Amino acid sequence: MDAILLQILNGLDKGAAYALIALGLTLIFGTLGVVNFAHGALFMLGAFCAVAVHQFLTLEKIALDPDKTTAWGSPLEIRTPYIEDWFGDFGATLIDFSVPVSILVAIPVMLIFGLAMERGLVRFFYKRPHAEQILVTFGLAIVMQEIIKQIFGANPIPQPAPEDLRGMIDFGAMIGLDAGAVVYPWWRMVYLLFSGLMIGGVFAFLQYTTFGMVVRAGMADRDTVGLLGINIDRRFTVMFALAAIVAGLAGVMYTPILSPDYHMGMDFLVLSFVVVVVGGMGSLSGAVAAGFLLGILQSFASMNEVKAIFPGIDQIIIYLVAVVVLLVRPRGLMGRKGVMET
Amino acid sequence: MNDMASNTRDNLLMVVFTAAVLTMPIWLTPIGAGYPDLLQKFAIFGIFAVGFNILFGLTGYLSFGHAAFLGVGSYTAVWTFKLLGMNAVPAVFMSILFAGIFAAAIGYISLRRAGIYFSILTLAFAQMCYNLAYSVLTPITNGETGLRVLNSDPRIFDRMFPSQDTDGVLLADFFGIELTGYQGFYFCAVLLIIAFYVSLRIFRSPFGMMLKAVKSNQNRMNYTGLNTRPYTLAAFVISGMYAGLAGALLCVTDPLAGAERMQWTASGEVVLMTILGGAGTLLGPILGAALIKYFENIFSAFNEGTLQSFFSFLPESLREITVSVSSLFVGEGWHLTLGVLFMLIVVFLPGGIMEGIRRLIALFGKRGPGDGAEAKKAGALPAAAE
Repeated sequence: MDAILLQILNGLDKGAAYALIALGLTLIFGTLGVVNFAHGALFMLGAFCAVAVHQFLTLEKIALDPDKTTAWGSPLEIRTPYIEDWFGDFGATLIDFSVPVSILVAIPVMLIFGLAMERGLVRFFYKRPHAEQILVTFGLAIVMQEIIKQIFGANPIPQPAPEDLRGMIDFGAMIGLDAGAVVYPWWRMVYLLFSGLMIGGVFAFLQYTTFGMVVRAGMADRDTVGLLGINIDRRFTVMFALAAIVAGLAGVMYTPILSPDYHMGMDFLVLSFVVVVVGGMGSLSGAVAAGFLLGILQSFASMNEVKAIFPGIDQIIIYLVAVVVLLVRPRGLMGRKGVMET
Repeated sequence: MNDMASNTRDNLLMVVFTAAVLTMPIWLTPIGAGYPDLLQKFAIFGIFAVGFNILFGLTGYLSFGHAAFLGVGSYTAVWTFKLLGMNAVPAVFMSILFAGIFAAAIGYISLRRAGIYFSILTLAFAQMCYNLAYSVLTPITNGETGLRVLNSDPRIFDRMFPSQDTDGVLLADFFGIELTGYQGFYFCAVLLIIAFYVSLRIFRSPFGMMLKAVKSNQNRMNYTGLNTRPYTLAAFVISGMYAGLAGALLCVTDPLAGAERMQWTASGEVVLMTILGGAGTLLGPILGAALIKYFENIFSAFNEGTLQSFFSFLPESLREITVSVSSLFVGEGWHLTLGVLFMLIVVFLPGGIMEGIRRLIALFGKRGPGDGAEAKKAGALPAAAE
């Protein structure tokens, strides 16, 4: 029981990342009909927003301490981040919370990038075949990750979670199991809650606002909505930017879990695409459900007991599930009829 | 179609192609590509791209998992070296055979779906192979270290005819001729010519016509009561065998097989080559493969110093800027060049280089329609079977 609960929890945080990326992919596909292979790169871009903010906040002022010397006899250098120098304790807190703070930076960055990408590149590909959409966004993804590599280098850059959230949470004790049976890192719990909020927010936005209503109508029948005198293209552009923000924030918050490097986006992209296909192309709830489901399955498959029976299953479980789902339920778990059936 | 005329033209094409490939060491030297290692890569990836083109160019099925067959070919080749000896011929045959069987199995499942689903299924299979090769199959693939031939391996035929001196590095040979340097290149080049000839025959055959029909409208094919699956499967297997051959040749020129060959970036690379050259054209994929490998080798060798001398004609201040900007695109950053190039091609010239050449010819109005018949098909990229 404990073990199962632990595996579910372990799967949930990875599943949350899959779900967030897949949600964005599906949004773009459902609205614009574009297969966006650069979506993983957007995730990566978000993660590097966090890196950039952290590096910016920790820019250091170097002062010499005349009283002390190092072992080599030169004066000891005292390095204090400027921000701590100026704001004191508040600055220190700011550095400590650099990852959550980066969200404030990541939102405008991703918004602008998403709008620019849609207006500058993607909109020319609405009418072109899916193969070309895949190829051009794939090219864009390469360009983005190479630029990031030039700026930040090829090595993963670890990002600290805030001090208070670094420990473990005794989740088992909270729900009445033995103490210490199910412990779970705090930050992953935060990530779970955060992704739940994001997913809820996107769904609420689509469900309860006029803007969302129009977008949903556009997803169902774009031409008719256009005939009613609504500029559906502009709304879809906004949705593209929204999907970019979702992916970017997913990346920002994931940095303490996985140190970002330039190709993290590609690794997640392949899996997220599998998630979208398993969930059903064009189905938002399907993407979210499949994301969590596959995350949990992957975590179960990496249990030693399971690996003893099927060696290597943890490496391939997601792909295996995808193959089975595609063959048995070609439309995916919750795919709508008539959306990309071939 | 006028059979006689097109036959003559095909024969002419073959002769010119053969001559061009065999004299590559001569005419590529001025641009700095005339050394065997790079020429081998041209030939090997040319074969890979030609094979991929048979699937993607003719049927429009975009496979994102072709690197798996390349990897299977490589591993089979090294195992053949280990068990049978360092002769390249059995290795090549075994690799083609195994890659074919593999492709038949994967194709049988993947081809049930079309369009983006097909892409993702093949991608999933390739990633599965890659992950397995790294983890569970380590006894067969030697995991991260890579599989190589050891002196202690059985190598039955080598033991039977101990002509080779057994110490030193083991290299593949062709009945006693060591396949390194130019010998290696010519071995690959001959196979490239054969591969190209086979692809040419497929393009011209009724089977090729059938595949093109699948690309243009699969529904209509089905309505006429024809089952297209056997044809697409055959195309898939053939293109898998080409990939296997390419994988074997990679090991013939350097007997080491690693799992990174199966990673999906490698699959992306072959797609890139085909698109860059022109999908659906005969020569395009080879051009694309050569161009990308050329970029990879030449551009990644550039550094600040070479750039400084290259832009030495500019005034000092301007030179600094030019060098710092262009240094982003060379050396370590050649992938960036590749990505930019890739986007430009897809955006402005979806038919690839061959389409560009056709447009140029049409522009100068010399030999417009006749010669362009090939490239015209490239213009209509696959709608991946409705």
